[in-house]
Amino acid sequence: MTATGGYRILHGGESHVFADLATLMACASPRRSGDELAGIAAATDRRRVAARMALADLPLATFLAEPLIPYEDDEVTRLIHDGHDAAAFAPVASLTVGEFREWLLSWEVDAGVLARLAPGLTPEMVAAVSKLCRNGDLVAIAAKTRVVTGFRSTLGLPGRLGARLQPNHPTDDPQAIVAATLDGLLYGMGDAVIGINPATDNVEATIRLLRVLDDLRQRFEIPTQSCVLAHVTTTIAAIEAGAPVDLVFQSIAGTQAANAGFGVSLALLKEAREAALLLKRGSVGTNVMYFETGQGAALSADAHHGIDQQTVEARAYAVARTFSPLLVNTVVGFIGPEYLYDAKEITRAGLEDHFCAKLLGVPMGVDVCYTNHAEADQDDMDDLALLLANAGVNFLIAVPGADDIMLNYQSLSHHDVLRLRHLLGLRPAPEFEAWLGRMGLSDDRGRVPPLGAGTTAARRLLTAGGAA
Amino acid sequence: MSGDDGWEALRRATRARVGIGRAGDGLPTRELLAFQMAHAAARDAVHGRVAFQAMAAALADRAVIRVASAAPDRATYLRRPDLGRRLGEGEAARLPAGPYDVVFVIADGLSSAAVEAHAVPCLDATIARLDGLTIGPIVLASEARVALGDAIGAAMGARVVAVLIGERPGLSAADSLGAYLTHAPRPGRRDSERNCLSNIHAHGLTPEDAAVKLAWLIREALRLGLTGIDLKEAAPDPALPPPGGGRVPG
Repeated sequence: MTATGGYRILHGGESHVFADLATLMACASPRRSGDELAGIAAATDRRRVAARMALADLPLATFLAEPLIPYEDDEVTRLIHDGHDAAAFAPVASLTVGEFREWLLSWEVDAGVLARLAPGLTPEMVAAVSKLCRNGDLVAIAAKTRVVTGFRSTLGLPGRLGARLQPNHPTDDPQAIVAATLDGLLYGMGDAVIGINPATDNVEATIRLLRVLDDLRQRFEIPTQSCVLAHVTTTIAAIEAGAPVDLVFQSIAGTQAANAGFGVSLALLKEAREAALLLKRGSVGTNVMYFETGQGAALSADAHHGIDQQTVEARAYAVARTFSPLLVNTVVGFIGPEYLYDAKEITRAGLEDHFCAKLLGVPMGVDVCYTNHAEADQDDMDDLALLLANAGVNFLIAVPGADDIMLNYQSLSHHDVLRLRHLLGLRPAPEFEAWLGRMGLSDDRGRVPPLGAGTTAARRLLTAGGAA
Repeated sequence: MSGDDGWEALRRATRARVGIGRAGDGLPTRELLAFQMAHAAARDAVHGRVAFQAMAAALADRAVIRVASAAPDRATYLRRPDLGRRLGEGEAARLPAGPYDVVFVIADGLSSAAVEAHAVPCLDATIARLDGLTIGPIVLASEARVALGDAIGAAMGARVVAVLIGERPGLSAADSLGAYLTHAPRPGRRDSERNCLSNIHAHGLTPEDAAVKLAWLIREALRLGLTGIDLKEAAPDPALPPPGGGRVPG
């Protein structure tokens, strides 16, 4: 640290000065369009690496002493600092960020150690160490973590890969939604959640969709949960109206101002969680919240406080973990090329988001996806999905044929997630795996084979589609 | 596949890619290539250039002005939405001010295919329903975002500005046009102060139907002196809400 409070590194006769901790973090970030749009990215590649050298020598405890957004100004900062567990932090309290990276990679550090450490870590600490990690490090360290949650299915267990079935439709047509849901079930999708992004966010439409999904779940006794991803206030109203709400959804971000842009506060999320808990609809667990996040959300709301987008994103996970969610996922390639320009940036961000969330104890999934104005295609999604499955991602999102006809972007297809399971020997949630067996949808090795339409199970489900 | 393979009921229920079959755990080759062709059409729409010169010729009976945003090329346009909302150096001075009730802007946005297919028919059909109003010269804007209309409308002194712009293409429609209406345009207007008709293409809202709605919205905006949420709620057949659900805004 320099006398003026900034950071200086001398390398190869060249001096690099970083005015403050936020500048150092932004300059140390791998290149991405969002930080360039915000005007905070390193101007040269040398400056970027110099920032990483300075960051590597920084004591991890610096982040406890120097909040990037003032405590007085932001309730997310207050949440992070008031909730910090000093005893859990003790094993790494004397390390620098660079030493912390090596500690995380060491063989002695395993799932148990990382689970005990999580309450002692802050988002800024995990964001900082991620900036010193190569993609392979992000995969290897995340693969050691384990975050298990439950509602009607148990998610995050070793050797499992969950899937959100996402049967969106541009007019919320019930018959079309049932058809897409049945299509996914026939591929073994839906153990994480059957979740619809509604085209229209109002209470009546939300209740109508909730009933469609709940009827289908009960009819086939599927051990999973459903969710209509409406605004949290809409879902609270649906609960009050007696609708079958399993999970409360909300998009969240890493600053108080960005959350205000979403129309939410910590108090409102707490109220929603308490309302959902009272319904006692879970069978194997009581995790009732579902959050989505994504790099660029705070910048697009002009609520990033000059902090780089990856660090702000990690702060959203501090919000998430407060509410013991069943599911959290980043919508990594959805936000647009002004934040993540191409497949290289999307891939990197997907791995960072998963890594940071898992170290903080958040049950992280990823929507492996892109829009048609980003420099990416389905080959790139294959790559990222393979990386994340190896990193132990809790769940991935799947839509029919990878084509979301409501949100107009591409994710993974049912085929893609099934292929990952078969390729890597990963299985769905245990309760759901047993259901696939009971339904005759899986073979004696637990695989989901292509079904002839004459198969009993397929005929039952397909008939339901025609009758809906 | 021929005839009903048992999945026909699902396929009939939705235009989502259900019941598309499997080759092991992969896609059948036909479906693989159909998807790639749809994505190629979407990418070509994003990166294609609108033939504004030909369009200006097609609009020969109207005064036409071509302007560019501050984004110098498509790659910059995609990375820097802020530049696509501002006029390029010296462009504002080329825009004539006048007592215009309405100024129309045809903007490339994210789909050249949408603009080339639907902008002129939609424009002609709308203007045909605006007898008695003073229409400004038609502005053709390249590397443009919706909010560029605010700068254009302000420079020309328009009471309302209507921006016809290519929407971000999906796989099912690469040629979808949007129409955004803003009363008293000036830089800094919020999206909540606009009215939007989206999904204008052959299999969505047809350009002719869009023109009926847009002309109605223009007359109401001038009568009430506003656009945005308050106008939308008064509309007999309200504008389609933009999609997005619970998603983080893009």
